[in-house]
Amino acid sequence: MRVRWERATELSFLALKEYLSLIPTRRADRRVLAWAYLSIPFQYLWVWIEWYGMFIIFIPVYVFLFLPLRMVTIGETAGFLKAAGTIHWGLMITVFSISHIAFLLVLPNTAPATAATATVFGAGLVLYLVILTELNDVAQYVWGKSFGERKILPTVSPNKTVAGFLGGLGTTALLGLALAPLLTPLTILEGLGAGILIGASGFVGDVTISAMKRDLGIKDTGSILPGHGGILDRVDSLTYTAPLFFHFIRYFHY
Amino acid sequence: MTGYNWFRVIVQWLIVKPLAGIVLGLNIRNPERLPQAKQVIIVANHNSHLDTLVLLSLFPWRSIHRVRPVAAADYFLRTPLLAWFSLNVLGIIPLDRANIRRGEDPLQRVRESLGKGESIIIFPEGSRGEPEELAPIKGGVTHLLKDFPELPVLPIFMFGLGRSLPRGEAVLVPFFVDVFVGEELKWSGNKNEFLAQLDAIFKGFAEAAHPERWEDGRSDAIFFSPGSLAFFCSPSLLQHSY
Repeated sequence: MRVRWERATELSFLALKEYLSLIPTRRADRRVLAWAYLSIPFQYLWVWIEWYGMFIIFIPVYVFLFLPLRMVTIGETAGFLKAAGTIHWGLMITVFSISHIAFLLVLPNTAPATAATATVFGAGLVLYLVILTELNDVAQYVWGKSFGERKILPTVSPNKTVAGFLGGLGTTALLGLALAPLLTPLTILEGLGAGILIGASGFVGDVTISAMKRDLGIKDTGSILPGHGGILDRVDSLTYTAPLFFHFIRYFHY
Repeated sequence: MTGYNWFRVIVQWLIVKPLAGIVLGLNIRNPERLPQAKQVIIVANHNSHLDTLVLLSLFPWRSIHRVRPVAAADYFLRTPLLAWFSLNVLGIIPLDRANIRRGEDPLQRVRESLGKGESIIIFPEGSRGEPEELAPIKGGVTHLLKDFPELPVLPIFMFGLGRSLPRGEAVLVPFFVDVFVGEELKWSGNKNEFLAQLDAIFKGFAEAAHPERWEDGRSDAIFFSPGSLAFFCSPSLLQHSY
């Protein structure tokens, strides 16, 4: 199986477009938004040429500094701070975070030639991340439905419960342990750690997107954008798990 | 295979569909109401030059040569290049607003086109106006209906294009576009009644285009789908588009 990092580019584009379609934007910022979109091909170009140094600072530093400059040259100050903040938050979530999925695919292969993961190294990491993130959502839901009593974040996500969170976390931790030797160069213990990391951070990603929707007064992103919609609902957990899992791997194996 | 305008078919696939489907992204409500091949008068709101392209993208390539947007001659025939593009690529019927002042019938060419069995697209608000604002509907369409009372009128409302490319802007910024396809209307014989009906339909869509409020106690549905895995493995950019 070939996992294509170009698909993450497309995912970033769809997610950013959905985000910008949902939030209020100022007409004065149309050109700023065009530059924000332009950051996508550049961010994935860094992935393609495997330039890690630029990949990791491009959006947090250069785009972060450039977009307000562009806003200032347009000259509209009313709503400046809110616009600068919301646009950059969206870029971090939809482009920076998601591009880490793509960078997993170009990480140098450190698996021994004899290992099960030797030929599908990057793809194995992506599958591990995506499977664990998705199953964590499912496990939290099932545990919450079965044993959930106490709400964990009642003002943000009224259906999330402590039991759902803990049950999901435990399930994902065990799954992370079990899948690690099949898909990754992680040891059993590291697999347990990656499972806990993905379980906990997936929950946080989920509720941050919930908080955003609640702030915007939106029920779910798919009901507003049928057909195309619901991209943010789909990738909410990944926006947290992808960069954190990436740095976990990078710290322990590079 | 006579009758197809192959040039317009190619443009439909190379420019119109990718622009509407990939760069913008259409969320079509009630797509089953879109006409496949039959003759209709499409009445749409007007916020952007992209309106015409988006409406053309809704048609299958087999019938694209039989769809004619009605557009202002003083704008669309302004330069030779634009005129060539408008007439040959978009297939517009130029509406000469100067004719109106001279007392000639500006709709003559539209009538000829309808008489040949072609579908037309008209924007009864007249000009593009302010982004995402509905302007009062003008009555030109009813003049046509008096001559072609049996033709169905299909109201289509687009929301979002005024953000993507509003009047007076040159840079296109991608946003998702909501396209509301209404139910077919029949000419009632009464101009004011018909225009009021049309107006109510557009206002209803404009209201629906605004985000729904959050409802408490919804199920926090799960989003596991094998699709997410398949997403990263499939080669096609187009699966989300058409």
